[in-house]
Amino acid sequence: MATSNKTRLVDEMKMQSGQDPNECYQCAKCSAACPVTAAMDLLPHQVIRYLQLGFEEDLAKSNTPWICASCFTCAARCPRDLDLARMMEGIRLVMLRRREGNKFGPADLTPEQLEKLPQQALVSGFRKYNK
Amino acid sequence: MRYHYFPGCTLKGQAKNMESTTMAAAAALGIELVELEEWQCCGAVYPLYEDELITLLSPVRTLAAAKGEPLVSLCAACHHVLKRAQELMQRNEEARKKVTDYLEVDYAGEGRVLHFLEVLRDDLGFDKLAEMVKKPLEGRKVAAYYGCLLLRPSKVMQFDDPENPTIMEDLLKAIGADVVKSPYRTECCGAYLSVTEEAVAEDTVTRIIDSARNAGAEALITACPLCRYNLENCASEDGKEPIKVYYFSELLAEAMGLQFDQLMTSALERRRSSDGNK
Ligand code: SF4
Ligand code: SF4
Repeated sequence: MATSNKTRLVDEMKMQSGQDPNECYQCAKCSAACPVTAAMDLLPHQVIRYLQLGFEEDLAKSNTPWICASCFTCAARCPRDLDLARMMEGIRLVMLRRREGNKFGPADLTPEQLEKLPQQALVSGFRKYNK
Repeated sequence: MRYHYFPGCTLKGQAKNMESTTMAAAAALGIELVELEEWQCCGAVYPLYEDELITLLSPVRTLAAAKGEPLVSLCAACHHVLKRAQELMQRNEEARKKVTDYLEVDYAGEGRVLHFLEVLRDDLGFDKLAEMVKKPLEGRKVAAYYGCLLLRPSKVMQFDDPENPTIMEDLLKAIGADVVKSPYRTECCGAYLSVTEEAVAEDTVTRIIDSARNAGAEALITACPLCRYNLENCASEDGKEPIKVYYFSELLAEAMGLQFDQLMTSALERRRSSDGNK
């Protein structure tokens, strides 16, 4: 099972993001740079390790790709020039495309939030969590 | 100096004062920003997967509408999306062909895509700006907060040094403020996590504000409406000395000697003249 999943996820990842997780040598600079690791159940470099090993179902359960704020700090610091933000987006998209519902929509917002949030936050939030 | 101007949705909504202060300051500096006709929201996030072509339609339509002439935006997210969409159009021929065929436009990645801060630095020049300042912000201790989207990925954005940027500090110097440098100025504010994961944004924002306060700042400037929202709403601030958050353009307009009522009038005039054009 692991093998076929690995082929699918990693192949799609390589093609769509141009990133090969196998180029990562697990130095964990990305995890040191990431500003939101406190809320993550897997550290960014561990996500890559899981990708290398094809642990797709564990990645599907992890909150890390959903916590990732696409701040691009990991990519800026990676000595292997890997763009982890793209891989995180890849995992999110695989999940969103594979599953039925959206993760977050207008109905999840309070009237107060709708009043105050900048339009940019609404558009980007819906883009990240919806398909 | 004349530029096409792409406002984006937030500048017509929650961030109206970034637009009105920029317009007033630009006019005083002899910079003409001409709003694109019939523009659409840029999409707010750049698609990181290269088969997500639908989300590129809107930014590429905007890029094509500038006809290769310089295109300026103010919102850090709009600028990020436009700049990266342009780079993709230059680099990925298949994506370019699909998107431009669908839109029925000719676009191959040409034209300068600029943030207004780059116009001030590269086209006007901060030295020139300093000479034109009417009311220098003497004694005001201000820190710059860059966030992510203007700086990263630096190969594409080519905005400034991603680890040690200076453009906003140079602006603050030019308008006469006391520049405060704070170590967290390039850290992420948590972006849209303030919508879904408030605790995470509280953590990131509190670190940024505390670091600016400890460095001695009374105020922060930003170029991003979402950064501003988070900085103003998400920090845990119990009993601490308050820090004011401004758009860079608010302090620029102030240093140009523009009063608030003048800013309102110039915004209204622009509205009237653009209504007249239709
Ligand atoms: S910084 Fe780069 S090489 Fe190091 S662990 Fe992270 S992804 Fe791998
Ligand atoms: S892009 Fe995501 S994983 Fe990378 S540093 Fe930012 S929040 Fe962390």
